[in-house]
Amino acid sequence: MARSDVQLMLDVKAGDDSSFDLLLRKYRSPLVNFLYRMVGDTGAAEDLAQEVFLRVYRARKQYAPSAKFTTWMFRIATNVALNERRDGRHRRLEVSIDQPADGGENDAPALEVADRNPGIEHELIARDRAAVIRRAVEALPEKQRAAVLLHKYQEMDYDEIARVLECSESALKSLLFRAYETLRTELAPLVEPGHAAKASLGAGK
Amino acid sequence: MNCGQMEQDLIAYLDGKAAPAARRQVEQHLTACTACRERAMEFRALWSVLDEVPEISPSPSFDAAVRQRVAAESHRAALWGWLLPSPRLALAVTALLVVSVWLSSQRLTPQPVLVPAPQSIEAEFNMIQDLPVLEDYDVLASFDALAELPVQQTPAPQANSQR
Repeated sequence: MARSDVQLMLDVKAGDDSSFDLLLRKYRSPLVNFLYRMVGDTGAAEDLAQEVFLRVYRARKQYAPSAKFTTWMFRIATNVALNERRDGRHRRLEVSIDQPADGGENDAPALEVADRNPGIEHELIARDRAAVIRRAVEALPEKQRAAVLLHKYQEMDYDEIARVLECSESALKSLLFRAYETLRTELAPLVEPGHAAKASLGAGK
Repeated sequence: MNCGQMEQDLIAYLDGKAAPAARRQVEQHLTACTACRERAMEFRALWSVLDEVPEISPSPSFDAAVRQRVAAESHRAALWGWLLPSPRLALAVTALLVVSVWLSSQRLTPQPVLVPAPQSIEAEFNMIQDLPVLEDYDVLASFDALAELPVQQTPAPQANSQR
């Protein structure tokens, strides 16, 4: 039977480094993605995710399973990300609306390639949409942004997110409502009412 | 339920996590309120739009980098553990170090020395002139009449007593 995260962490506390490896493999991707969406830079996100794992390891001796492991870990991650943005050590590459989201290897002239290959055209459109969405999320106030990321992408429960952000559950619900309301306005051109109408209400995220 | 109360309950309703009573109230409100019904549908659509952002993959060297940092941490911890095997000893050593540093800083702190302020020769001369003990010397040194007297007849103490 697979051990729970809390048990794995307690084993790390007892000196079992292989359990730390299991936690690392399980959470490296969610952490890197969360931090990427928080700070908007892949290099910084990886650096910060490493920092989070290091802090988890450092704190192993004091670890007490008072909350879910993920609550504790994402609380560390959120603090690390917020400090990072305040310090501004890593400067995010600004992406223009006219440019592909990831730059670098994707710097080819979009229209010229699109004319030749409709498949690539769709890919470019998808990438541009993703860039617009990412920017809209990044433009949210930091607490709202963290709330949306933990709710939408990590699918955490309200009480967990509230503990991560150190606020009440009621405050969290208001925070999420306001954040989605802002995004609804900012991303109005991408939100297709026809598509929305088809979706059944109350069906979950 | 009114539109303001939706701020607390709409997200949980759309997540399928609202309590039965709250769910019924939200449904009743959505039936009656076009604006909130529209908002609810657009929130659902928005969540689909947010799914369009692709995930990134950690670089292949990510795990190795974490292990390296953890190993460095363990090494550092082991070194400190060896140097300071008990918290009490650590506290004692720290206290000793603090006291030593404080004491040495006390000794090394230069004591205030009265250094005369640099003055011109003229000012120095004036100051010396003002000293009463030298005042007599000046008078006697420039008292020509004394020099004219024969030495054997006028011993110096008598000259002093004349004043």
